[in-house]
Amino acid sequence: MLIDLPISELSEKLRSKTVTSVDIISECYDQIEAHESKLNSFITLVDRETAIAKAKAIDETIATHASPLAGIPYVMKDAYLTRGVRTTAASKILDSFIPPYSATVHRKLEEAGAILIGKMNMDAWGHGASTENTDYGPTKNPWDQERSAGGSGGGPAAAIAARFCSFGIGEDTGGSIRNPAAWNNISAMKVTYGRVSRYGAIAYASSLDTMGPTAKTAQDCAYVLETIAGVDPYDATSSPKPVPPYTKEIGASSKGKKIALPSEFFGDALDPEIKAAIMEAREVFESAGAEVTEVSLPLLEYGVPVYYILAPSETSSNLSRYDGVRYGGKRSLFTKENKRRIMTGTYALSSGYYDAYYKKAQKVRSLFISEYTKLLSQYDAILSPVTPIMPSKFGELLDDPMKNMMADLYTVTVNIVGLPSLSLPCGFGKTNLPIGMQLVGNMFSESTLFALGHTYQQKTDWHTRQPTLVSSK
Amino acid sequence: MNYEPVIGLEIHVELKTKSGMFCGCPADHFGKTPNTGTCPVCLGLPGALPIPNKKAVEWTIMLGLALGSTVSEVSKFDRKHYFYPDLPKGYQISQYDQPLCRGGKIETSQGTVRIHRVHLEEDTGKLQHAMVDGKKVTLVDFNRSGVPLVEIVTEADIHSADQAKEFLKKLHQIVRYLGISDADMEKGSMRLEPNISIRKVGETALPPYKVEVKNINSFRFAAMAIEYEIKRHATILESGSIPAQETRGWDEAKNATVSQRSKEEAADYRYFPEPDIPPLRFTRGYIEGIRQSMPLLPDERKQKIVKEFGLNEQQATVLIDDERKLNLFESTVLSNAVVSAGISGATVANWIINKVADYGVATTQQVAADIVESQKITVIDESELQNVLATVISSNDKAVADYKKGKQQSLMFLMGQVKRQIPKGNTQQILDALKAALDTQ
Ligand SMILES: [Zn+2]
Repeated sequence: MLIDLPISELSEKLRSKTVTSVDIISECYDQIEAHESKLNSFITLVDRETAIAKAKAIDETIATHASPLAGIPYVMKDAYLTRGVRTTAASKILDSFIPPYSATVHRKLEEAGAILIGKMNMDAWGHGASTENTDYGPTKNPWDQERSAGGSGGGPAAAIAARFCSFGIGEDTGGSIRNPAAWNNISAMKVTYGRVSRYGAIAYASSLDTMGPTAKTAQDCAYVLETIAGVDPYDATSSPKPVPPYTKEIGASSKGKKIALPSEFFGDALDPEIKAAIMEAREVFESAGAEVTEVSLPLLEYGVPVYYILAPSETSSNLSRYDGVRYGGKRSLFTKENKRRIMTGTYALSSGYYDAYYKKAQKVRSLFISEYTKLLSQYDAILSPVTPIMPSKFGELLDDPMKNMMADLYTVTVNIVGLPSLSLPCGFGKTNLPIGMQLVGNMFSESTLFALGHTYQQKTDWHTRQPTLVSSK
Repeated sequence: MNYEPVIGLEIHVELKTKSGMFCGCPADHFGKTPNTGTCPVCLGLPGALPIPNKKAVEWTIMLGLALGSTVSEVSKFDRKHYFYPDLPKGYQISQYDQPLCRGGKIETSQGTVRIHRVHLEEDTGKLQHAMVDGKKVTLVDFNRSGVPLVEIVTEADIHSADQAKEFLKKLHQIVRYLGISDADMEKGSMRLEPNISIRKVGETALPPYKVEVKNINSFRFAAMAIEYEIKRHATILESGSIPAQETRGWDEAKNATVSQRSKEEAADYRYFPEPDIPPLRFTRGYIEGIRQSMPLLPDERKQKIVKEFGLNEQQATVLIDDERKLNLFESTVLSNAVVSAGISGATVANWIINKVADYGVATTQQVAADIVESQKITVIDESELQNVLATVISSNDKAVADYKKGKQQSLMFLMGQVKRQIPKGNTQQILDALKAALDTQ
C-alpha cells in the first residue's frame, strides 16, 4: 500500500511523478469504504470528490510546493476548527457548527498542500481516555474491535492504524494523543506547551492543552511538527523560540544519551506485559549506546489529583460559553463525564474552596516543575509506559470513573509541567494488543526525542506491524 | 439623629484605543450597525484566544500614574464567570488580585479621596429588546464586546453627594486630558456606580451594609441617587432596622433607586488566573517611559496659566473645565496677533470665557483677530493731538501749575481732559505728547 510508505518517500514519489496524490487519496478512500464501518473513527468524512479535486490541483502544481506534506492525506481530531467543515468536539451541542475560521494548525497544513480527509472521533470535549464518551458512538480498536481505541483522540489514532490516511493531528491535555497512539501501535508527539499554536483548537484545559502530530513513525511526526510548530500572533502563549529542523536533526546518534527510568512508574498499578515491553525497550536503547539509569520521581502519585483539579477547573470555565444561547445545542447535551468534570471544576473554583483546591494544585504544579527540571538537567529523556493498562474493553472505563482517571497516571504529569513526550510502539501483549512507551524530554527538546525515537525505530519493527483488519477484505 | 454618609465609587471608562482589548476589531462601536465589528475572539467562538492590547495596558498605567497610584511590576488577567447573554464566553476577562495599579488619590474641596485600585477588563455586548415579525425578542449586539474598559475603584472616603460629584468631574477631566477616553456619559463610555451606606456621626467603623447603585450615566444622577439613598437609609435606621445589602438601579422616570438584586442572589464569580494570557511584567524603565510621555494634567496646566499669563483663580478654573477651551486660550494668547498687540492674558481669557460660543468650531486665528479688533486703539493724527493739547493746557492753568510743582495727580487730570476729546486715542502716545507739551511750557 502507498499509505504504508513514510511521508519522505511519498513526497519524493509525488515530485518524481511516479505516484500521484490522486492515487494516494483514492487508496485512502477505498480503505475507508472497506473498514470504517467496523471502526467508527470519523465524525465527519470530507467527501471523496472534494478530496480528489484537491489532490488533482496539487498534482498539477507539485513542483511549486515546497512542503513535503503537499498532496499527503491527513485527519484532524474534531477539536480543531476547520473553516467550512463541521467541527463538533464530539458533542451534539456543536452538531451543526460550521466554523467561520480555521485553527492555525489547519491553516498551516492547508498552506503546505496537505489534504484533509476527515474530522475524527474523540471523547466529547476531550473528557476521557477511551473515545467512548462521545455523542457519535465509540471508536473501536483496529487491533480488536471489542476494545477501545483509547482517548480522547481515539479517532485519529485508529484511522492511522487502519491506513485511512498518512498522519493525524491530535490534541493532548493529559495523554489524549499518547494514550491512543499506544493502543493503536502508532507514534505521536505531545509537544512542549507553547510549541504549537492553540488558536482555533477547542479548549479543554487551556494551561495543559497541546497540539501535536500522530503518525506511523517518529520521522513522519517530525515532518508534520516542522510544518505546524512556531509562534502565532493569535496565541499569546505560543513560544517565539525558533523551530529546529527536526527532520535534519533526527539522524543524531543516541550514543552517550542519558535516559532516566523512574521506579515509581513500575509499581503495582502497571500491567506486567507493559512492564516487560518497557524493559525490552531499555535494552534496545542501551544497545544503541544510551545509558539508562533507574531514578526516583516521588511526586508521581500526586499527578492524577493535581490534574483532576486543574483540568476540570479550566474546563468548567472553557465550556461555559456553550450555554444554550448560541450554537444550537442545549446544555443538557453534555455527557455524564462532561457534567462530572464541569461540576468538579465549578466546585474547586468556588469562593471558600479555591485556596484548598485550585490554588493548592497550582502549588503542587510548581513542585512538579522543579522536580522534573532537576531530573531533566541530568538526563536527556525519561523512559516510561504510556498507560498502566492494556486497551480496555468497552464499558470498563466508562463504568468506573476512578479507573478512567488512573488510565492517565503516566501521562498527566507531563502536561502539568508542559514537557514534550514522544509516544512509540514498543511491543505486543499475548493477545496481540499493542503496547506503547513514552520518552519525556526537557522543555523544547522535541528534536532530541525524535532522534531517540528514530534510533529505536531503526532497531525495531513494532511500528511496521499492522492490524489484520488492514489487509482483510 | 445625625448621620454621616460613607460612599465609595466604582467608575468604568471605555478606552478609545484603535482596536479591541483582546482582538483587532475597532474599539469605536458607537452607532455602528449591530454585529459588524466582530471576530472569533470578541464573539467568544470555540478555539479563539485573547491577545492583550498593549496600548490599553499602557493607558491604564498612565491613568494610574496620573492618580498617583503604584504601578504593579507584575500583573495578570483573571476570568470572572457569570451567565448573561451579552457575555459570549460565559466569563469576562478582568483583573482580580493583581490589578495594574493600586492606591492613589484625588483631592476635593471636602478632603482627599483615596483610590483603591485601577484595573483593566473587557466590555460586554449589548442587549436590544425589539419586535421581530410581531414577536417580542431580545437581540444581542456584540460590537461593544471586547472593548477595553478601565475600572477605577475608590476607598469609601466620600461623605456627600457634592463631594462625589466633584471627584467624578475631576476624574473625568483627568481622563480627557490624558486623551485615553472620550468619557462621554451619554454614549456610555463612562459609567458610574456609587456604593452607599451611612453611619452615626462620630462612628469610625464601616457600616454593616452597603448598597450599590449600578450604571448611572450622569454626574447629576449620581448625586441624586446618593441623596436619595442617604435619606432612604436614614429612614430605615430610624425605624430600628438595617438597610438590606443589595444592588439597586437609578430610575430616571421615578427619580428614585429601585432594587435589582439582593445579597443572597449575588454571584460567585469563580475568579481564576486567565490561562490564555501569560502574566504581565513591567520594567521600571517601561513605567518611567510612560510617565515621561504623559501630557500635563489639569491641575498642572491650571498652575501654568495662572503663573505664565497672570490669570486669576476663577478664570483658570473655568478654562480648565473644558480642555478645548483651555487649548483655545493657550493658542490664542500665544498667537502673533495677540502678542504683537500687547493684549493681556486676562483680556484673552475673559473674551474666550464670555464671547466664544462654540469651542469646537472657533479657530485660534479668528478668535485672536476678534480680540485684537475689540481692543483696537486709534493712532491719532499728530497735528490734531497738538491742537487738543494746546486747548487743554491753556484752559487749565491751575492744573498745569500744580504739575510743574510735582503733583502727579494733575497730570492724570489733564490726561482725562485730553481723553474726553479723543476717547480712542492711544494712552501712551497721548501721555508722552502731554508730558512733552507741559515740559516746553
Ligand atoms: Zn474582535
